[in-house]
Amino acid sequence: MTVELGHFALVLALALSIIQAVLPVLGARRNDDRMMAVAVPASFTVFALIALSFVALTSAHVLSDFSVQNVFENSHSQKPLLYKFTGVWGNHEGSMLLWVLILSFFTALVAFFGNNLPPTLKANVLGVQAWIGSGFLLFIVGTSNPFARLNPAPIEGQDLNPILQDIGLAIHPPMLYLGYVGFSVCFSFAVAALIDGRIDAAWARWVRPWTLTAWIFLTGGIAMGSYWAYYELGWGGWWFWDPVENASFMPWLAGTALLHSALVMEKRSALKIWTVLLAILTFSLSLLGTFLVRSGVLTSVHTFATDPGRGLFILAILVLFIGGSLALFAWRAQTLAPGGLFQPISREGALVFNNLFLTTAAATVLIGTLYPLLLESLTGEKISVGAPFFNLTFGPLMIPLLAAVPFGPLLAWKRGDILAVAQRLMTAFFVALLVVAFVVYRTSASGVLAAFGIGLAVWLMLGAVTDLSIKAGIGKTSLRGMAQRITGLPRSVFGTAFAHFGLGITLLGIVATTTFATESVLVMKPGDGIRAGGYTLRFDRVDAVKGSNYTEDQGKFTILNDEGQPVTDLLSAKRFFPVRKMQTTEAGIKTFMFSQLYVSLGDAAKDGGIVVRIWWKPLVTLIWLGGVVMMIGGGMSLLDRRLRIGAPAKSKLGKAKPQPARATS
Amino acid sequence: MTRKQKRLSVIGGGLFVLAVAAALVLFALQQKIAFFRMPSDIQTSDVESESRFRLGGLVEKGSVVRGDGTRISFSVTDHVKSVPVTYDGILPDLFREDQGVVIEGKFMPGGAFVADSVLAKHDENYMPKEVADSLKAKGVWQGGSKQ
Repeated sequence: MTVELGHFALVLALALSIIQAVLPVLGARRNDDRMMAVAVPASFTVFALIALSFVALTSAHVLSDFSVQNVFENSHSQKPLLYKFTGVWGNHEGSMLLWVLILSFFTALVAFFGNNLPPTLKANVLGVQAWIGSGFLLFIVGTSNPFARLNPAPIEGQDLNPILQDIGLAIHPPMLYLGYVGFSVCFSFAVAALIDGRIDAAWARWVRPWTLTAWIFLTGGIAMGSYWAYYELGWGGWWFWDPVENASFMPWLAGTALLHSALVMEKRSALKIWTVLLAILTFSLSLLGTFLVRSGVLTSVHTFATDPGRGLFILAILVLFIGGSLALFAWRAQTLAPGGLFQPISREGALVFNNLFLTTAAATVLIGTLYPLLLESLTGEKISVGAPFFNLTFGPLMIPLLAAVPFGPLLAWKRGDILAVAQRLMTAFFVALLVVAFVVYRTSASGVLAAFGIGLAVWLMLGAVTDLSIKAGIGKTSLRGMAQRITGLPRSVFGTAFAHFGLGITLLGIVATTTFATESVLVMKPGDGIRAGGYTLRFDRVDAVKGSNYTEDQGKFTILNDEGQPVTDLLSAKRFFPVRKMQTTEAGIKTFMFSQLYVSLGDAAKDGGIVVRIWWKPLVTLIWLGGVVMMIGGGMSLLDRRLRIGAPAKSKLGKAKPQPARATS
Repeated sequence: MTRKQKRLSVIGGGLFVLAVAAALVLFALQQKIAFFRMPSDIQTSDVESESRFRLGGLVEKGSVVRGDGTRISFSVTDHVKSVPVTYDGILPDLFREDQGVVIEGKFMPGGAFVADSVLAKHDENYMPKEVADSLKAKGVWQGGSKQ
């Protein structure tokens, strides 16, 4: 009954979405307030209906109702409760349902917070959101019904893919979708502006919080996915340049560019057309990501079921939305008043530099991701484009961009003085240089490239610190004066500094891990020891253990320090899931400060030992910590007064007395 | 700077970056990609070339021989031909006899294959898509299709 209710709610949501897609947009054209007014209640109701539908599917999963095909195929009565919840989106149908749930959630948020938007813009935005929603709801109802029943009902389910039975499934997909789908709001704003034929600096201010929100979640989703792959796959790698990873990385690059270009538009009323195009491209890349991952053209753990009909349907949605919006852009872009030109050496110029490199980098990733698919469909030749390609194309494009980052926030708007900025960055530059020299000295000539990488990371971090201390008036005022100035700074200044600092942290982690990690693969017998990163790892024994829905061989290790004293224990296991007859690796990981010792078990060797793979990964956790710091930066920027929806514009930044904060949530 | 010079400097800089990126991409596409082959597709020119290849197929039944330590040898077959493969390292969890596998590495003179990575990229049906497609194309597909 609940299941049918969920199905019914989903169909109703589709019908209502279609109404929401048509009436408000027509109303905006005819200036009919009553038609436009449909948008807000429709947005809330669609969200409520999809939420109801999602709850119905969740209850079927939690109650192990195997008469529902989706539950039968992806659940098992013995499965731990957490995975019964997360298993809801650990499959094709459920994950698409989560996709539209988040889409309707964002639509409802726009409807809720959008009271200060011009009525036609708001109606158009909500209408465009409903176009997207209708497309995907139609896809779910038509080809991927999560509520299909089985008759007769099986007694037991087929269990969830063991690789997905992990806490990561609770975090990674929802966060990634909040990011992917969050960019739909920017897309809708862009399309609405094109329909309206009007755009101004206020538009950029309205779009910015949505871009930031989406960006924060996408950053988190990618970082979490990377860490999950790192510990779950047992290969110790954190990024594989797999097409599925690229699918999430491209919207991130474009979204980062969008964040920066929207700044120029907001402050200087320039780059309008470009910003609109970027907003369209960012969400188009999100759609492309959904297509690549969900259509079955690629093979990965993300591909659940390959049904050609579904792939074609998503491809049709993709072509319709990307093609349609770009055509609309080509047709209407010239009606938007272009912004002014500006000096190349200025904050605007620096942001254009950022956009140029980020979008070019995104384009190279796009080519590397799509080229094998194109080549295969055209010539039948199958190739794989992997890390060597991306290291050669993406890498060199990042170097000038990263080197330029500290300059950006220090350059003035309109007309910047590059020499003055260089002078202010002197300290940061020399410290970075010292670090390079130190690393070269410590690692001999072999580490020259790595030394420069680390120097670049230090330069980024110190650049962010320099930016904050200069804006606090270092050297110009007393400590108390500095404290006052610091608290008076707009929060977005901290946002910038944190995000750039986080980028430096991530880079440091990447360079250190890539160049200084040590790896050893060997056969170990009980009592054997091996050195790794200043510690000795001793293999004690293997125990057979029975878990809830699996059995596992647990390798027990002891980590000893230089004096031979045990520091801690380490468990590394191979799990076997009998229902799916699948094996997974539960890598043993111990963190020492920011570095990690990573141990994964292989098969038994013929002489009675067991194959063990051991990595020492120096500073590896910085890769993801940097992501967290970037997210914090995004969050601070989001809290900036000027971005609060409905907050009155302050007359002068930093001068006005603090006012009681408005409730925004 | 005049308006025109400003515009030119921005456009020129942009084009320069794009040109560099395009050159990098073209170079990398020639040098840094790996071709996919099934055992019966392998040409003599492949064996002699220095390029990297991905070899797909099934792990031949009874061919897996564990050597000293982490060394292992096995054959990859598509039921038409099979290729001997050597590998030194840990095999992915889902490596099993008579199931699909994709390995990356180079050919040695004589046609043997030295793998530097064994990929466990596949979907729920334990079959890499490339391998399934090729097996179907050759008419030796034996797995049922679940969907």
